[in-house]
Amino acid sequence: MTTTHSHLDEELQLLKTDTLNMWKLVRQQVEKGKEALIQHDKDLARQVVAVERRVNAYELKIDRDCENIFALFTPVAIDLRFVLAALKINSNLERIGDIAEGIARFVIDIDKQFDPELLKVARIVEMFDMSNAMLLDAAQAYEQEDTRLARTLFKKDEKLDEVNNEASYVITDYIKSHPDNIRESLHILSMIRKLERVGDQTKNIAEEIIFYIEAKVLKHKEPNK
Amino acid sequence: MVKDYVKKPKVMAKDVNLYYGDFHALKGITLSMEENTVVALIGPSGCGKSTFLRCFNRMNDLIPSTRITGYVMVDGKDINDRSMNVDELRKNIGMVFQKPNPFPKSIFENVAYGLRVNGVKEAKFIEERVERSLKQSALWEEVKDKLKKSAFELSGGQQQRLCIARALAIEPSVLLMDEPASALDPISTAKIEELIYELKNQYTIIIVTHNMQQAGRVSDKTAFFYMGELIECDDTKTMFTNPKHTRTQNYITGRFG
Repeated sequence: MTTTHSHLDEELQLLKTDTLNMWKLVRQQVEKGKEALIQHDKDLARQVVAVERRVNAYELKIDRDCENIFALFTPVAIDLRFVLAALKINSNLERIGDIAEGIARFVIDIDKQFDPELLKVARIVEMFDMSNAMLLDAAQAYEQEDTRLARTLFKKDEKLDEVNNEASYVITDYIKSHPDNIRESLHILSMIRKLERVGDQTKNIAEEIIFYIEAKVLKHKEPNK
Repeated sequence: MVKDYVKKPKVMAKDVNLYYGDFHALKGITLSMEENTVVALIGPSGCGKSTFLRCFNRMNDLIPSTRITGYVMVDGKDINDRSMNVDELRKNIGMVFQKPNPFPKSIFENVAYGLRVNGVKEAKFIEERVERSLKQSALWEEVKDKLKKSAFELSGGQQQRLCIARALAIEPSVLLMDEPASALDPISTAKIEELIYELKNQYTIIIVTHNMQQAGRVSDKTAFFYMGELIECDDTKTMFTNPKHTRTQNYITGRFG
């Protein structure tokens, strides 16, 4: 039996391209959030806040495209799982976009450069890098239908959790020795909490990638996925 | 009232009423269709969608005691005008029916038929046109080595694509399709649907279908008919995600009809 390239395939490819474009934008938002924090670049932070509208526009477009594909093509099997996964990944990416915006607002709220020592002990730059690397791996796993790569994200998320779990102790110690920096310390702790959520969202995305390719439901299954 | 949404329509019906004797089959239909688009006509049995389709090549003329009022325009010309040559009209408006109806001739002759009855004699021209039509209907690769074989040796799906090639051979600008895939298996149906999607680049296609998913997959606009009235016509995306009328919604969701 021969297989044909259909109109539905074209629509699915467009959906995939849009999702990957949104992905790229969201990664840029997180990366700019990091730069804004390190450089204390308020203009860059304001840019992140402004660009969040584009992330939201992507979310609405992808939602609408999924709705149209369901309504017009009634996809089944792997096509159905792909569109279901795209809907959820879309929502995860939009949340990550919100997180990047939230981080940028913390940067805007503080008037002086964040103390490099605080950034170092809190390991926040490391968290940014881990989050963005996870996002990149997830995008690659999605683009290349690579479930092996998707599965590596579960371990990486645990590393983010470790940093997050240590954060309250580290920040408490820092505040004790730097009582003038309480506000910025609390902002850093909030950012760490947010970056931990980026890991969770990316882990959810990995679950969706595996669901769509292998038809396996991994949600709420711990620990060896 | 359905708004006349096309500025320069390829095909247009304006206030069309059609009667079979005393039966009022089409009630004041106004609808226009843009060039190079696919318009799907949907609705329950007896709603008038096939009758409406047949208005465009005057096939209703063949049914006794039929009376039509209003205007049916193709390329800006009233096709019911006395000056209209019906044979010329049907050269411009191809039609494909529900069941494949190849002639009891070879595959080649089926496609060449329209050219021959129109007086074309040049063999090379006919050969080229047959090949092009069979390629357009995505059948060439399957039949190129057996063009002399009887059309009846082909599968149902192949026969239907042959009928599409036959319609395309005389280079119409409009294609009318009356449930062209309803007698076919899912694979053949998918091939016909893909073909419709490809052909719309060159033709204006009006398709009657009972299959909601098919209307969704192949058409740009969808028109919903009910009891001889045009209830709603809009972009297919809108019709299938947010129809304006409750009756349309009930029909496309399978709650009546």
